[in-house]
Amino acid sequence: MKTFAMGGVHPEENKISTAAAIEEFPLPKTAVILMNQHLGAPATPCVAKGDKVKVGQLIGKAEAFMCANIHSPFSGTVAKIDTCKDAFGLAKPAIYINIEGDEWEESIDRTPDIKRQCDLEPKQIVEKLKEMGVVGLGGATFPTHIKYSIAPDKKAEYLIINAVECEPYLTSDHRVMMEHAEEICIGVSILRKALGVPNAYIGIENNKPEPIAVMKAMAAKFEGIIVEPLKVKYPQGAEKQLINAITGRRVPSGKLPIDVGCVVSNVGTSYAVYEAIQKNKPLIENILTVTGKKLAAQHNYHVRFGITYNDIIAHAIGTLPETTGKVISGGPMMGKAVSNLDGPTTKGASSVLVIDESEATRATESNCIRCGKCMNACPMGLEPYLFSALVKNRRIEEAGQHNILDCIECGCCFFSCPANKPLLDEIRLGKNLYRGILMAKKK
Amino acid sequence: MKLLNVSGSPHVHSDESTKKIMWRVNLALVPTLIVAIAFFGLNALLISLVSVASCVLFQWLIEKFILKTPSTVCDGSAVVTGLLLAFNVPATREMIWLVIIAALVAIAIGKMSFGGLGKNPFNPALVGRVFMLISFPVQMTTWPKPGENLFSMVSQPTTDATTGATPLGLIKENGVQAAGQVWDYFVGNIGGSLGEVSALAILIGAIYLLCRRIISWHIPVSFIGTAFIFSGILWLCDKTAFVDPLTTILTGGIMLGACFMATDMVTSPMTKAGQLVFGFGCGLLTIIIRNWGNYPEGVSFAILLMNALTPLLNRWFKPKRFAN
Amino acid sequence: MTEIWSAVLVLSITGAIFAVVLYFVAQKFKVVEDPLIDEVAEVLPGANCGGCGKAGCRAMAEAFVKQGNMDGLSCPAGGAEVAKKVAALLGCTPEESEPKVAVVRCNGTCTNASAKTHYDGLQDCAFANSLYTGESGCAFGCLGLGNCARACQFDALSVDPETGLPVVDEEKCVACGACVKACPRGIIELRNKGMKNRRVFVACRNKEKGADARKSCSAACIGCGKCAKTCPFGAITVENNLAYIDFNVCKLCRKCVAECPTGAIHAVNFPPKVERPAATPAADAAKPEAVTAETTTNNTTQA
Repeated sequence: MKTFAMGGVHPEENKISTAAAIEEFPLPKTAVILMNQHLGAPATPCVAKGDKVKVGQLIGKAEAFMCANIHSPFSGTVAKIDTCKDAFGLAKPAIYINIEGDEWEESIDRTPDIKRQCDLEPKQIVEKLKEMGVVGLGGATFPTHIKYSIAPDKKAEYLIINAVECEPYLTSDHRVMMEHAEEICIGVSILRKALGVPNAYIGIENNKPEPIAVMKAMAAKFEGIIVEPLKVKYPQGAEKQLINAITGRRVPSGKLPIDVGCVVSNVGTSYAVYEAIQKNKPLIENILTVTGKKLAAQHNYHVRFGITYNDIIAHAIGTLPETTGKVISGGPMMGKAVSNLDGPTTKGASSVLVIDESEATRATESNCIRCGKCMNACPMGLEPYLFSALVKNRRIEEAGQHNILDCIECGCCFFSCPANKPLLDEIRLGKNLYRGILMAKKK
Repeated sequence: MKLLNVSGSPHVHSDESTKKIMWRVNLALVPTLIVAIAFFGLNALLISLVSVASCVLFQWLIEKFILKTPSTVCDGSAVVTGLLLAFNVPATREMIWLVIIAALVAIAIGKMSFGGLGKNPFNPALVGRVFMLISFPVQMTTWPKPGENLFSMVSQPTTDATTGATPLGLIKENGVQAAGQVWDYFVGNIGGSLGEVSALAILIGAIYLLCRRIISWHIPVSFIGTAFIFSGILWLCDKTAFVDPLTTILTGGIMLGACFMATDMVTSPMTKAGQLVFGFGCGLLTIIIRNWGNYPEGVSFAILLMNALTPLLNRWFKPKRFAN
Repeated sequence: MTEIWSAVLVLSITGAIFAVVLYFVAQKFKVVEDPLIDEVAEVLPGANCGGCGKAGCRAMAEAFVKQGNMDGLSCPAGGAEVAKKVAALLGCTPEESEPKVAVVRCNGTCTNASAKTHYDGLQDCAFANSLYTGESGCAFGCLGLGNCARACQFDALSVDPETGLPVVDEEKCVACGACVKACPRGIIELRNKGMKNRRVFVACRNKEKGADARKSCSAACIGCGKCAKTCPFGAITVENNLAYIDFNVCKLCRKCVAECPTGAIHAVNFPPKVERPAATPAADAAKPEAVTAETTTNNTTQA
């Protein structure tokens, strides 16, 4: 069975919400739509206070290159345009909406029929993705239209669909494959057409036998879609590792997947692509897992962006358990700890994970015993223990020479460290400082 | 409700810890300890107990009164040092108190003076042993013969068995023909330090550590392999002057050294390539010291010399980068 | 005897040969260096703190000698005394500059800005700053993880475990600016030491709107502008919801201190204003020099 070349760990899977079918999340009374829910510059609000908006109406316009349109996920009145603290406490430009009813734009096809035929040219597809504000839903929220605008000197040979879901706990990809296999395959076909590649590979880890079976059966009906079961190993869902697992190619240091002829999109993105292209539905919602070992019930929801974490928790589980240690947006390996539950969800949010305090508190750090576990776990072949020492002593340039910027921040080093050293924290700090040095040198 | 925790990812941790690793090493040393007690009687047990207790005590005292840092004796590393130290001395009555000095040197000079576990460049137990070998050469090379029956400690408590010599000592003095039966060597029915006599018991422990992934095969295999091949070449050149390779690897401290001392995480290289070179160096130096050095045994010196090279090996042998 | 003589002879000859070789090598590779550099380096503090912007004291001495005067160069650690000495060596007049001291412009103590979350990561301000707002929820306030204290070469900064804020030891601080660079949030500023060490400054960096700022910290500057209106000298400007006192203009009248509704403006090292019935403040007033910066700060803010 295929997997990536080096390193990796196997954290406890804890996929306890796989059986929970996707539910519609009810509409709250108010919502806050952040203007940067994607990688890059914030969108510019194009509605004013007091305006009536409909579901799917453009409210934030992408003006910079690295930006994505933002559409209203709700109908109602714009209460104000101001800043709002996101889930991590940082103030971002935002549009506040008082929700009234649920009135959709007429252009959006809300029928349950599946539309299979797509007559758009590749250029038109990319243009429409841009219009619909589609971004990558694997976590990085990279604007999809930029990813699919291939520079003329580059050529895509592989389209890889990331359905690995190697993070513990998360089940949104699992559910979407179980419930929307055909839509996903249509989305993949559209993306394949946009790139002009012969084959698309859907990588799924072997711990999901049901989705593999469903997707295999569905892919057989389509041309050029190959389902590739992969050995279970974290971080298989990391772009570079997935490319390596499926094609055997390695993205060189500082290069992008397209430099080795690959384009990687998340399976959730391909569902969003189907809805955007075939149903004219902009990206206004995502599938979100609400899970945790101590929770009474596990859920998978269709959640529109802009609902606060507090609202989601209140509806899904009532109140947080008394022994909650951490609330995480995303998976436990790469997700971010939420510090402000009043913050709204954004396009990239794939889960609300409630971790018990027994697991959420880090053990005391002790001396490095040079066991080399961090190095053996590193999927990029780096030396985390060395970075830790170099960053502590602020020998940043040396860390740079040892390829600190290659780090993909998967967290395997910290995960496997028996001395509980905050290796990834130190490496992130080192990367930031080193980038600062490089910037200063350029000037 | 309590405040929510915030930290960078990852938010979960494997159940590995330094403590777990060290106690597993201790567990792996138990078969050897049992064999030592079986062959050398109560002395062996007393030496081990005194050694472990004094290592733990010295570490606790140093941390409490000199370094003034929180105590780390619970992590079990002092116990490992104590056991390995006991395994490296002969099971004579004198050693019951002499081992206290060895423990002080091992813990105070070999480990704590560098900043404790993880910062010591040399294997503390070997530092203690070599100190003893130089300071108390007679006591350190007076070997009791292993008891006649497995429960000699019941029949003749604490009396020394007849003083014998190690196979290597015999060979050094009397030539190759003094070598004995390979089977005895393997089981451990020979003179020698507490823990080095039984290759079988050591292998059981080593296999456990391998399964637990606390050690990798690279250092033991390249250490023992190099010693085997190098001594084999010498033996083929002159069968009357050199010991045969099988006897070579089963006698003296090669097994104990290769499985438990050279594989010490702190003082051995991290990359697989570095570990192979490290093991190679240990094997080569051992054979050189055994055949041309003053001492009949060279494992401790070989490992300590290679410990000194470890930082360089870590620098020379880097892991293969994914992106190049 | 012959052995001794031959040994003496051999050693003498080799010694003589090496002496000749060394002489020529020394001539050949002689580095011409102004001896003045050594002299200047001698009078510099030698702490290599980097406060001057050079790699170390030696590099600074080279820069002094190369330039020949002191324009634009100053050793903040050495202060006026060192400047005088260097000027004497270089034969120029020292640049006059007010002595400065590091000032911590945050009052987000554990009580003023209570923790809303618990930080459990690497104890490093720069990293915590890149991760989130910090425990108090204020994106501008002190994180209290001590990068400034670690950067200080003169042991003048320490994080007070009670308040969670760094405290500057004014006696030890030489205003080298290492802490200013180390702080990822730009909280520390070098300000004029002021007459009798007295200073008035805004102990807040929060640029959020008043209500938002108050949410995370009760002592935050809310940008109300009362201080600016009160100031008779026009030393206070309010920009981005944050007041700033220009220490070159401020005349230490302390009208703003009384006016500030949140107590964000601090006056330090002033004798307590109001006479109090209790015995201790009177004793403080009697010898204000003995009063530490913190206690006076508290007195004045309460007053």
